[in-house]
Amino acid sequence: MTVVIGFEGSANKIGIGIIKDGEVLSNPRRTYITPPGQGFMPSDTARHHRAVILTVLKEALEQAGLKPADIDCVAYTKGPGIGAPLVSVAPVARTVAQLWGKPLLGVNHCIGHIEMGRLITQGNNPTVLYVSGRNTQGGLVIAYSERRYRIFGETIDIAVGNCLDRFARVIKISNDPSPGYNIEQMAKKGTQYVELPYTVKGMDVSFSGILSHIEEASHKMLNSGQCAAEDLCFSLQETVFSMLVEITERAMAHCGSQEVLIVGGVGCNMRLQEMMGVMCKERGAKLFATDERFCIDNGAMIAQAGWEMFRAGQVTELEDSWITQRYRTDEVEVTWRD
Amino acid sequence: MTRSVSLLVWFTKWPRGGSLSMRSRGSSGAADRRRRKAAAVNMSQETSMALQEFLSQAELIKQGAEARVYRAQFLGKPTILKQRFPKRYRHPLLDEKLTHRRTVQEVRSILRCRRAGISAPVVYFVDYASHCIFLEEIVGSSTVRDYIASTRRSDASEDLGWLAERVGQILARMHDEDVVHGDLTTSNMLLRHGLEDGESELFLIDFGLSYISALPEDKGVDLYVLEKAFLSTHPSTEALFQRLLKSYAAASSKSSAVFKKLDEVRLRGRKRSMVG
Repeated sequence: MTVVIGFEGSANKIGIGIIKDGEVLSNPRRTYITPPGQGFMPSDTARHHRAVILTVLKEALEQAGLKPADIDCVAYTKGPGIGAPLVSVAPVARTVAQLWGKPLLGVNHCIGHIEMGRLITQGNNPTVLYVSGRNTQGGLVIAYSERRYRIFGETIDIAVGNCLDRFARVIKISNDPSPGYNIEQMAKKGTQYVELPYTVKGMDVSFSGILSHIEEASHKMLNSGQCAAEDLCFSLQETVFSMLVEITERAMAHCGSQEVLIVGGVGCNMRLQEMMGVMCKERGAKLFATDERFCIDNGAMIAQAGWEMFRAGQVTELEDSWITQRYRTDEVEVTWRD
Repeated sequence: MTRSVSLLVWFTKWPRGGSLSMRSRGSSGAADRRRRKAAAVNMSQETSMALQEFLSQAELIKQGAEARVYRAQFLGKPTILKQRFPKRYRHPLLDEKLTHRRTVQEVRSILRCRRAGISAPVVYFVDYASHCIFLEEIVGSSTVRDYIASTRRSDASEDLGWLAERVGQILARMHDEDVVHGDLTTSNMLLRHGLEDGESELFLIDFGLSYISALPEDKGVDLYVLEKAFLSTHPSTEALFQRLLKSYAAASSKSSAVFKKLDEVRLRGRKRSMVG
């Protein structure tokens, strides 16, 4: 029996979760939400996390009905992410690890998503589409091969989530509960398809072109009454999601894979799941997706990746327990799979 | 033979229609335009029916993510038919736009390359209604991917440097023509052997994602896409790829700007900065 606690705070969500042998015992989370038209600033986000982290830690232990002595390992997000929030969470993990006398494990955030996805969906060896707001890795097609999560397709500029979030700011959509969620709701009411730039380069995608186009053109289009904000949301989703489905399909064709797993915040989007489902059906492939508890950054996914790493014999020494803003998924040696 | 003749008959029956004729730029009135449009739609429907019949007799050799590839005889020549089919997950307007654009771009880029003396299959015919391209079949060829893989399997020490140099040269010429391929992989290059003088010919194919651009950034990304595809498909070939780039530099007049951009894109992948 192995119980792992995971600390996640690399962006604007702070979550702490506890996993016991594949069972999620608790997974409380708080989100730092900014007013419409604003993104979240690193120092404010870090301040938010510092204010609530101990409360969330208490909740995690209470909801799981555990005491510190019951924990076997403390996992935390080593990276990638935003510096200030990462730095505000890691010391808490280090401190409790030392206080409770437990080993520490630095986890790659994206691998956290993948391992939680694998746990929840029990997919065999899926092609993974990791879609989030984070610029280092948001819009990634990954497949496992020979002890690495290899990257097959990626965004060559900004992340898909980042593209959506920045568009939301341009037309002042609320950030509560998240800009992406609100774009999705508005898109459902959209009726008119507006043509937007579509950029796939080989197995990679590019979102900066469509973002700059829509940033420039949206005010003009809305003011002239050519289309409604809902139509822009709808058209943006249709375009960027088509791009992601296309590169996923290319990776599947390249690897001969018959399974797809969507992880990351944007993976909550039902339209993306729907489109991926249609593509999979046409190829005879299976689609796996998780719900907002696990798509969105959370502590339990860090705990789950930590569980795998710990059982494979990995440990992070205190002097190696730094954090890093840039941490490529394919840098990690996946010793827990063969 | 009969089938290709019937297809050709439809094509020649309507001199204004079809893919290879020039569109009239006369200042005829709206009624004229409506009549011609109706005729074109009519013709394309009839062509598509003849095409469907033709395809049902052809040999399906591959179904990729985007297109079905058939083999047949057309006008007595071995022909590859590449038909892009609708993707149902896309919004229909987006799907039609993309499919049409890729068909057009593919044909345009092939013609542009061929006119510049770069080896690519001859385009025999295009049906824009069903997005089907009839191309010269490069008989007796294999993809560069298969060639590299089989050569390394049979004789690991064999020097493939000559191949890397040829690829570098052909890409340099293509980029100097301002054609950006958009999907460079070793599966999109064909090698034909067995010519009289023992020489082999290198062809570029699959120009669906291609476009015209003079920007070093676009050419740099083109090479970046190839580098990723090359190194992930053929492990431990970094030195070979370096020879490819050297040969590219020697053959292209604009390579330094392109390589600068290639370095930038590589760096973007390795060290993206976090901006929320």
